[in-house]
Amino acid sequence: MEDLIKLIEAPFLRKDTPSFRAGDTVNVYVKIIEGNKERIQQFRGVCIQRKGAGATETFTVRKISGGIGVERIFPLHSPSVEKIEVLKRGRVRRARLFYLRDKIGKDARIREDESGRA
Amino acid sequence: MAGIIGKKIGMTNIFDENRKHIACTLIYAEPNVITQIKTDKVRGNGKTDGYNAVQLAFDEKKEKQTTQPLAGHFEKAGTTPKRKLVEFVFDNMEAMKPGDTVGVEIFEEGDFVDVVGISKGKGFQGVVKRHGFHGVGGRTHGQHNRERAPGSMGPGSTPSRIYPGKRLAGRMGGDRTKVQNLRVLKIIPEKNLLVVSGSIPGHKGAYVIVEK
Repeated sequence: MEDLIKLIEAPFLRKDTPSFRAGDTVNVYVKIIEGNKERIQQFRGVCIQRKGAGATETFTVRKISGGIGVERIFPLHSPSVEKIEVLKRGRVRRARLFYLRDKIGKDARIREDESGRA
Repeated sequence: MAGIIGKKIGMTNIFDENRKHIACTLIYAEPNVITQIKTDKVRGNGKTDGYNAVQLAFDEKKEKQTTQPLAGHFEKAGTTPKRKLVEFVFDNMEAMKPGDTVGVEIFEEGDFVDVVGISKGKGFQGVVKRHGFHGVGGRTHGQHNRERAPGSMGPGSTPSRIYPGKRLAGRMGGDRTKVQNLRVLKIIPEKNLLVVSGSIPGHKGAYVIVEK
């Protein structure tokens, strides 16, 4: 039964997604349709969680834009996501970094992971 | 055919050609076997069923789990015992006979279907969840512990009773529920699989009736 779900999801799964996890700084290139033109917008921030499995997997990116925290949830396998770039690996001790929402400025920094994790 | 019986498998999502994310539900439906045809015409033995309908059977079960009356019923149709029998009111059935099968191919991609199932049991629920009441509406103005209360039950000394049918807290879910106008996104006849948009009633593995 489970494999029937995989069968339906298979054509939508992307294989070009880099490996990254909560704490990593990523740059997401999103395709945006304006009128009849399409352009690419970048959204750069810290990945604060990955959620779900298969075609329903999503990740949340948080950034500070003009002094205001902005979070955006992307479906990992969405065709609207042109590319995901991993800029920095962060060393964090949990999978969901919601505590970052209560931190400002220097407190919201994440230590860089120097273990060379791929 | 007016519909078929299937089994809910689970939900996932797909992306359409506009890159739009669509939540969808998978329904597994092995070809249903016609086990009986009811007719409003008078048959040879002078009897009639009084209405036109086709009875479909779905989901294998073991011989020894089948009662003798049902075993005879399945034997008459020339098929193995099945778990679920459902009647579909249907008029145009000249070409059908017991033993024939009906599968997911009666639907087409883009069709709109209704899905009937037994909703998940929610247990004893209050009026806010069960009937969509809004509760008292606030925590302030002297209120305490009444946020999800039903409020007034009706008039007082006249009539000195609660009107029958007053919506109150109680058991919720486990009811026969129909969800209408779900789009058929995909059909895979060789896997007996149907994919419809949105959610359908019931837990995974529950029987559902997909109607055209």
